[in-house]
Amino acid sequence: MAAVFLSTALSFLGLNHVLENGEIRYALGGWAPPLGIEYVLDNISAFVSVVVTTISLLVIYATRHIVSAEISGHLSSFYCLVLLLLAGLTGIVVTGDLFNLFVFLEIASLAAYSLVFLGGRRAMLAGYRYLILGSIGGSLYLLGVAFIYFSTGTLNMSDVLYILNQQGASSSVSAGAIFIFAGLGLKMGLVPLHFWLPNAYTEAPSSVASLIAPIMTKVAAYSMLRMFISVFPEGYLINEVPIGLMLISLGSLGVLVGSIIAISQSNLRRMFAYSSISQLGLIAIGIGLATPLSFIAALLHIMNHAIMKALLFLVVSDINSRFKSEELKSLVGIGKVMKLNMIAFTIAAISMIGIPPTAGFFSKWYLALAAIDLNQWPVLIIILGSSLLTAVYIFRILENVFVKTADSESKNNQQSIDSKFGDAHELSLLNITPVLLILAISIIAIGIFNMLIITHILEPAL
Amino acid sequence: MEEIAARFPYWFIGLLLAIGLYGMIGKRSLVKKLIGLNIFQSSIILFFVASGLKHGASVPILQHEHHPIAQDYLNPLPHVLMLTAIVVSVAVTGVALSFLVKIHHEFKNEDEETILEQLG
Repeated sequence: MAAVFLSTALSFLGLNHVLENGEIRYALGGWAPPLGIEYVLDNISAFVSVVVTTISLLVIYATRHIVSAEISGHLSSFYCLVLLLLAGLTGIVVTGDLFNLFVFLEIASLAAYSLVFLGGRRAMLAGYRYLILGSIGGSLYLLGVAFIYFSTGTLNMSDVLYILNQQGASSSVSAGAIFIFAGLGLKMGLVPLHFWLPNAYTEAPSSVASLIAPIMTKVAAYSMLRMFISVFPEGYLINEVPIGLMLISLGSLGVLVGSIIAISQSNLRRMFAYSSISQLGLIAIGIGLATPLSFIAALLHIMNHAIMKALLFLVVSDINSRFKSEELKSLVGIGKVMKLNMIAFTIAAISMIGIPPTAGFFSKWYLALAAIDLNQWPVLIIILGSSLLTAVYIFRILENVFVKTADSESKNNQQSIDSKFGDAHELSLLNITPVLLILAISIIAIGIFNMLIITHILEPAL
Repeated sequence: MEEIAARFPYWFIGLLLAIGLYGMIGKRSLVKKLIGLNIFQSSIILFFVASGLKHGASVPILQHEHHPIAQDYLNPLPHVLMLTAIVVSVAVTGVALSFLVKIHHEFKNEDEETILEQLG
C-alpha cells in the first residue's frame, strides 16, 4: 500500500516536473544513451504513468477486504505479485529502449498470468491459455525488435527514429514493424487476437480483474502509440507499411464484434470484458488514424476507459463479494440497496455510452473530429454506432438495477440481499464506496476540464 | 538452390517458428503447447545469434591495443541481449510448469479438451 502510494506520488511529481521543465532523460547505470538503456519521462509517458499508478492505488485500496476473502494463503505473496505487475507496467511506460520494453512487458505479463491463475478451478485453464498466447505476443514483439536492430544497429527509441529518418524505408524495417504490432496487438486484445481476454477477465479473482482490466491492455495500447510517435518516422506506418489502415479496420471490427457479443452476455463481468474489447477498438482507431488530434483522442480514451472500467469492475467485485453472483438477474432491485454505488455505476455507464458532460463523450468527440478531418466516413459511422451498441447493453444493466420490480422469485432474492447485509456491507461502505465516488466525480470533472488536460499536457507533446 | 543454401539458417529458423506455432495452436496437450512455446522462443534467440554472425571476426576482446579495428570484432550486443531473452524464457517456462503442476493436481490430466469437459 505504502509503496503504491509512494509511486503514485512520485508519478504526480514527475508529471509536474515534466510540465515545468520539459522531458527528463535518465541513463541507467551511467552509460550514455545510444549504448546504455535510457528512461524517458516526457509529457505522454508522465501522463500515462499518472493514470496507471492512480488507478491501481485506488483499486488496491478498495479491494483490501475482497482480497483477503478471495485469496487463500499468504497475502504478502499476492501483493508481491501486484507490485511486480505495477513495476512492469510503469517500466513499459517510462522506458526509452526497445529491448527493455520487451523485458518489462514480460515482467508485467508474468505477474498478470499468476494473478489470473489464482482464481480457482476455471481460472487455471484461462490463466494457462493467457500465458501461452501472451508469450506468443511477447516473442513476436522480440522478433520485430530483431529486424529493427539488425537494420539500424541500435535499440534506443530516439536513435532508431533518427537513423530511420536518414535511411528511409526498407523491407526488413517494415517486416519488423509488422511483427512488433502483431505482438503488441496480442497483448492489447485487438480483435482477431483477443481470445485470451474474456476468459482471463471473467475467471480471475474479482479483485485481480478490477486491477488488470483497467490498466494492462491500456499500457500495451500506449506502447503502440509510442511506436507511432517516437520509433518510426512520421508517416512511415501509413505510407510504407499499411499498419495504420490495419489498426483502423481491426479496431472497427473490434468495436462491432465486442459490443455485439457484449449485448448477448448474461454474466456481468464477461459483458464488461467484451465491452473492453470494443473500447480498445476505439483506441486502436485513434492510434491508426495517426493525426495529432486522433492521438489526443486515443490518450484521453486510455485514461477515460481506465477510470470507467476500474469503476465498473469494482462494482462487479462488490456485488460478487456480497451476493456470490455476477449474473445480470441478480442485479434486480439492487438500486434500492446500494444507492451510492449504483449512482457511481450509472455515471460510469453513461460515460461508456458517451453522453456529455461525462469524460467518455469528449474522447469519442475528438476521435470523430479526427475521422472527419481525414474524410474517413466509415470510421465515423462506426464510432457513432459504437455509442448506440454500448447503450443497448448498458441500458439492459440499468433496467435490471433500477426499473425492474421484484417479482415473486426476486422477492426472495431481495430478502436474501437484506439478510446478507452484515460485515461485508460495512467493509464495502468503508473501502469501495469512497473510491467509487472519487472515480465517478473524476469522470465528470475530467469531462468538464478536459481542455486543460489537452492544452497543458498532451498538445505540447504532439 | 544456392540462394537457399546461403540463407540456410534463416530457412531453418522459419521452420522452427512454424513448428513452435503449430505446437502451441494445433496440439491439445497443455505440455505440448509449452514445448511449442519453447521451440518458438528458441528460434527467435537463434535468429538474433545467427544475424549477429560476422565472418573473419573474433571475440570482442581487444588484441591490437593501439589501433583496434571494428571489423575484426564481433558485435557482442545481440548475444548479450539473448542472455536476457533466455532468462525471460526460463522465467516463462518456470511459471508455466508450476501452473501445469497445479493443473495436474486439480484435474489429473493435461489434455485441454478433457479439462474443458470436466469444467462443464
